[in-house]
Amino acid sequence: MHLDQLLQFIISGITSGSIYALIALGFTLIYNSTQIINFAQGEFVMLGGLFAVSLYSVTHLPLVLAIILAIAIVTIVGVVFERLAIRPLKDSSGITLIIVTIGASILMKNVAMIFWGRDPQTMPPFTGDTPINFFGASITPQSLWVIGVLILVVIMLQLFYKRSVIGKAMKATSIDPTAARLMGINTSNIVMLSFAMSAGFASLAGILITPISMTSYSVGGFLGLKGFAAAVLGGLGNPVGAVVGGILLGVLESVSIGFISSGYKDAIAFLILLLVLFIRPSGIMGSKLRGKV
Amino acid sequence: MKKWVGMLLVLIVPLMLLGCQGSAKQEQATSTSATEAAKEPFKVGAIVSVTGPSAPLGEAEKKTLLLEVEKINAAGGIDGHKIDLFIQDDQSEAKNAVLAVSKLIDEQGVIAIIGGTTTPCTMAIKDAIAKAQIPQMAMAAGIPITKAPNNEWVFRTAQSDAIAVQKVIGYMSTGLKIKKFAIIHDANSFGQSGATELQNLAPKAGLTVVKVDSYKTDDTNMSTQLTKIKGSGAEAVVVWGTNPGPAIAAKNMKELGMTIPYIGSHGIGNKKFIELAGNAAEGVVFPAGKVLVPSSASGEQQTVIQAFLDDYKAKYGEPANSFAGHAYDAINILTKALEKAGSGNEKLRTAITDTKNFNGISGIFSYAQADHDGLKTTDMVMVEIKNGAWQEKK
Repeated sequence: MHLDQLLQFIISGITSGSIYALIALGFTLIYNSTQIINFAQGEFVMLGGLFAVSLYSVTHLPLVLAIILAIAIVTIVGVVFERLAIRPLKDSSGITLIIVTIGASILMKNVAMIFWGRDPQTMPPFTGDTPINFFGASITPQSLWVIGVLILVVIMLQLFYKRSVIGKAMKATSIDPTAARLMGINTSNIVMLSFAMSAGFASLAGILITPISMTSYSVGGFLGLKGFAAAVLGGLGNPVGAVVGGILLGVLESVSIGFISSGYKDAIAFLILLLVLFIRPSGIMGSKLRGKV
Repeated sequence: MKKWVGMLLVLIVPLMLLGCQGSAKQEQATSTSATEAAKEPFKVGAIVSVTGPSAPLGEAEKKTLLLEVEKINAAGGIDGHKIDLFIQDDQSEAKNAVLAVSKLIDEQGVIAIIGGTTTPCTMAIKDAIAKAQIPQMAMAAGIPITKAPNNEWVFRTAQSDAIAVQKVIGYMSTGLKIKKFAIIHDANSFGQSGATELQNLAPKAGLTVVKVDSYKTDDTNMSTQLTKIKGSGAEAVVVWGTNPGPAIAAKNMKELGMTIPYIGSHGIGNKKFIELAGNAAEGVVFPAGKVLVPSSASGEQQTVIQAFLDDYKAKYGEPANSFAGHAYDAINILTKALEKAGSGNEKLRTAITDTKNFNGISGIFSYAQADHDGLKTTDMVMVEIKNGAWQEKK
């Protein structure tokens, strides 16, 4: 085993891990504001990629415009989803809401299959595909985009929580929705905002990954599951935990392919997830005081 | 009340969509009008993967079957008997294929079955068809399909994986003149069977397999597996899978700066691979039927291939692929046998077994008692992707 090989494994792992992290962030945002797991999260990833491909290659918009529009569309889908399916049921039990998200994911997947067909689709990398040599390992410009966007999102999110009024209101809602409502925070709008943001992040993940691994109507289930695992690994409800969990999951997968065998990749990743949860049920970064899980 | 509206929307609509798919499945029988049919029609069943992951294959097959049956019936049918075609969609799942087979045999009373699209579906229906003692025209490539047990009734129109693997081994040992290669394959049954066959045949051709690795069908990144291959001293990589995996592998190889030859399976014989892999598809070599490069066929077969490509394009406005070709061969070999033998089970099987030098899309078929595959390695060619198009690699 050469050192440059190990480095290559880690770079590949960080790239896929960054995608899982972006999806995990969406799980976290929605969990914080509603205490539900949104199983349609993966479908937002799928929609983001497919809309971007269509806008770019069919309507021939400039890449940046196609990406912004795709994110906007999926964000609206997220809001509409919240308004139509989540808000009317907000007093129902958690399990009802979770089943609703599963129903919505089946709906979105089927509509996407009818609309875009079943073949995988792709778009060109944002800034070329000439690999960059990094201490003997190679890294593609698209991977740098993925990692860079994740870092940017994390910084913006922290600033949003710490500096903005809405961000603080969001944080307050996640800590205690009843108290937040008593303090005059419109928690219902906060819930909608969290759906908008999580759909936005997921679509961004879907767009970033499309030049690397292509997209199709069926990618949502798999990516959603990985994002969910990352969120749980990091500690459900903790945005920093979601990022750490995502990257850890990606690196673990990659290193286990490298050192053991690709056949065990998912098994090893989930075994470690289970181990962490046995030892630390609230996840790596989860607070020990959380009683609601 | 309000909350039920949302619930109904979210829960009922997907169910309805699923329901629509379900009912659509049963409506696909093409019936002949009673006034036209002088003699009783021949009922033929087909089980194809029109939806699900294998839909890109099954859809082309379904379209071809409809096209060919329409042509045969328009020309007066088989000795006055029209063909009544009953198509069932197995949704790419073996359990649905099994349900479909009992429907076709018990309810419709078909005299032969075309299908399935994939190896798992074909294997799942083989026993029931053999028990009913009616001929089966399989369109999948897995080696075990025509092997015992219960292989007496199953014939195949796809090139068996064994031929594709022989072609690849031959290309590496005599074409590329290399000694060591690595394999990366899909962990599904298609990839698995190809990888095993490659490892079985390699030593006989003086080749060493230095590394074998796999990926999951929906994996998004194979650079870790390829990094290991890069350090293994392999002189070529054989990638055995179907889209989009092999396209990702091609891109990853380019990203890792790997310049050793990429050899694909016959599973990438469609334009989608070129579209997905982009620049990385250049120089990729893979085994395929002559339908991809009609100029590689000769004589009557070339005429047959060209006519089929033109017909398909005229009807559906899109190019036919090799899977469409498998369906063409299946229905036309069956038709020829029905012309000769009529609908008797045993007689029909004998007539199919006696098929000799049938100029098909996937090759020139000659079945025999001991050979229900009917094709030879010469029925495939090595194809190279150059400037986004296929050309024969001599």
